[in-house]
Amino acid sequence: MDPSKIYTHQLDNGFVLVAEHMEAVSSASFTFLLPAGAKHDPADGLGSAAVLLDWVFRGAGNLDSRQLDSLLDGLGLHRESSVAIEYTVLAGALLGDNLHQALDAYAGIIRRPHLPAERFDPSRQLVLQQLASQDDDPRSKLMVGLRKRHFPEPLGRNPLGVHDQLSVLQGSTVADLHQKSYLPDRTILAVAGSFDWPKLREKVSSLFTDWSGQPAPEPELGSAGPKTDHLSQQTAQTQIGIAYDSVPPTHPGYYRACLAVAVLSGGMSGRLFTEVREKRGLCYHVAARHHVLKGRGTVLCYAGTADDRAQQTLDVTLAELKRLPEGITQAELDRAKIGLKASLIMQGESTTARSASAAADYYHLARVRSLDEISDAIDAVRVSDLLDHLQQFPPTDFTILTLGSKKLEVPC
Amino acid sequence: MLKFHQAKLDNGLHIVAESSDTARSVAFGFFIRTGGRDELGPEIGLSHFLEHMMFKGTDRRSAHDVNREFDEMGAKYNAFTSNENTVYYGNVLPEFLPRLADLLADMMRPSLRQEDFDMEKKVILEEMAMYEDLPQHDLADKALKTHFGEHGLGNPVIGTKQSITGLTSAQMRDYFSRRYAAGNMLAVAAGALDFGQFVDLISERCSQWDKVSAQRDLTPAKPSLGTQTFQKTTLTRQHLLLISPAPSAQDQDRFAAAILANAVGDETGSRYFWALVEPALADVACCAYQPLDGAGMFMSYFCCDPDQAEKVVKIARAELTRFTQDGITPDELARSANKTASALTLSSEVPMGRFVSLGMNWQYLQQYRSLAADLDSIRAVTAEQVNRLARELTIDRTTTVALGPLEKVV
Repeated sequence: MDPSKIYTHQLDNGFVLVAEHMEAVSSASFTFLLPAGAKHDPADGLGSAAVLLDWVFRGAGNLDSRQLDSLLDGLGLHRESSVAIEYTVLAGALLGDNLHQALDAYAGIIRRPHLPAERFDPSRQLVLQQLASQDDDPRSKLMVGLRKRHFPEPLGRNPLGVHDQLSVLQGSTVADLHQKSYLPDRTILAVAGSFDWPKLREKVSSLFTDWSGQPAPEPELGSAGPKTDHLSQQTAQTQIGIAYDSVPPTHPGYYRACLAVAVLSGGMSGRLFTEVREKRGLCYHVAARHHVLKGRGTVLCYAGTADDRAQQTLDVTLAELKRLPEGITQAELDRAKIGLKASLIMQGESTTARSASAAADYYHLARVRSLDEISDAIDAVRVSDLLDHLQQFPPTDFTILTLGSKKLEVPC
Repeated sequence: MLKFHQAKLDNGLHIVAESSDTARSVAFGFFIRTGGRDELGPEIGLSHFLEHMMFKGTDRRSAHDVNREFDEMGAKYNAFTSNENTVYYGNVLPEFLPRLADLLADMMRPSLRQEDFDMEKKVILEEMAMYEDLPQHDLADKALKTHFGEHGLGNPVIGTKQSITGLTSAQMRDYFSRRYAAGNMLAVAAGALDFGQFVDLISERCSQWDKVSAQRDLTPAKPSLGTQTFQKTTLTRQHLLLISPAPSAQDQDRFAAAILANAVGDETGSRYFWALVEPALADVACCAYQPLDGAGMFMSYFCCDPDQAEKVVKIARAELTRFTQDGITPDELARSANKTASALTLSSEVPMGRFVSLGMNWQYLQQYRSLAADLDSIRAVTAEQVNRLARELTIDRTTTVALGPLEKVV
């Protein structure tokens, strides 16, 4: 099934390059994961990593801001960058012929950003504005709030920070974060698509070998909660968010957990869509997905519905989650399996999907799984395995957050 | 190796495909030349409502059968409705193409049962409420109405609460019989497929469809270029949309228009980026080119603090005027062409990307355009072409619509 080839190369300073060569594509995609997640933001400087991510693009190496921008655009680079809770992501996709030039530029952005003092304030202002824009997107606001209540501090932080701290954030705090977190150890670069492996390995080695430093240790975990809460806001729909614990990719039951979520929400014949939308017409959007942090798996559910039907939507959704361990049919499992396997094969056609996935694999598992390995693991799961897993890890102990004009009754 | 194929059934149904010997999946679906602009009088929102109802079953299948069968193939499937097109599609592994063709072709002749119609109306009203909470969607609907006025292109695709509530299943059946005629439909496939077998699959299932001619009113729109503010005090940010006329989907200038929009308002390195995002006057400032049937528009969207809104509009207009007067620089032209070509190449590496491109080109041009031909057209755009376009269209004369806490934005 899988004609691609996966390579790994680790530098002495801890920097890891993983690469997946793909046939029949002319593009190459790359994903840097830097150990500069929001969880490493200083406690009184939340949002620092997000400000830093904007600031590093304002000149680097021997290029000023305009020259850098012009170079990247001239390469036809499609850029994506973001701060997640565990890492900062710098990703790009372009024609494979231009890959090495893009990596040159990104080595400068990561290692030698100018961080010009006079451009700090615009970077800070932009993050403040992005934070304010979350207020106008009720679903995002709900899911940010749900994570904050479900995960222990600092894993539940909003990567964009908090308004009061951003308002007084100093450039020196953010520059210091660059020194402490944009470092080779625990940095992963994943490349997928069209490239020549020996040349890529040599290029990446030359760009990152003489880099040193170890990022800060993992922060200690604090408390989470509350388990149920409501955010009052005038909206057309009440937003409902539900979270419960599952297992991470390192757990032997990981594929069972993914298949269980696919039974709930893998397609339009999934239980949530069928029971909440198709049979009752309660909402347009209802879904569940399996979300992972290092060593931690979580199921996140969402539904948005009119105020007068919100209580019923919550009740029906919770009932579906709770009855999952009671029984799953062979047909449901078969649909879940083919859905996950088809997604994998189609992912194998896209360089951006493969580089993101290879980087995430290495982050969680310290290796990249082949598509064949994943496919075989999915095939091996039987209905009885799934039910055993759900007996052991049932959907329970929910964190529930609602947003809207009316608070809902949350059953005990 | 990509290869184009086409065929036409006696009832007028066109079949177009691009086969690839390296793709691992195949995308297949139907394009119907119908959307918001084709709705008459009280029918506003009907095209999109009908799109939902097409998943509700046929004489051979219940609604659950439809969903279940898609999922049994592991299909990535959905549908979308715009002002001009309604598209149904599935992306599957090659061995499932016959089953997907059977399912989608059957869905194109739906039962439209009353009880399903009543249930789905609730879902449509929920979808409408969802968009009401998303200011970008809400603003786009309001801005199109302001720009196009009573012309069909100003119809909100989702409809209005009043129009959806008032719709009957009889109106839907009537619209269906007018618009879903074989000659107004197109079967499209891209990826791993054998064209001979594909034509047999379609022919077997679609040959009995009626041949009814469906027309589209192509009366040119008369854009208003007016200004309007919609106050919504529950919003935190000010959302702004500027619209100006642009080349149509059939116009030779469409590639130049795409490059113009990219130079003015791409997320990185554009005029808007340097004038508005880099100095943090707005966190979003972008321009997109939207080609339409016999019409077109440049749409610029901005999101900013309310107290910066006047300044943002002023600067955006000044940038458009400056672009019109000074023209695109050689460096801008090269960068925008590279970005546009690169984005197209990336999207074309997956069958879904080629499926959409193949279908849209046939809908608007009745023409096959390979990726290589599109890339050549992008590379061939000259500065003179872009500059002439900016001057002729006076891109700085816009319809300006604002949504947010402010009572008025001039």
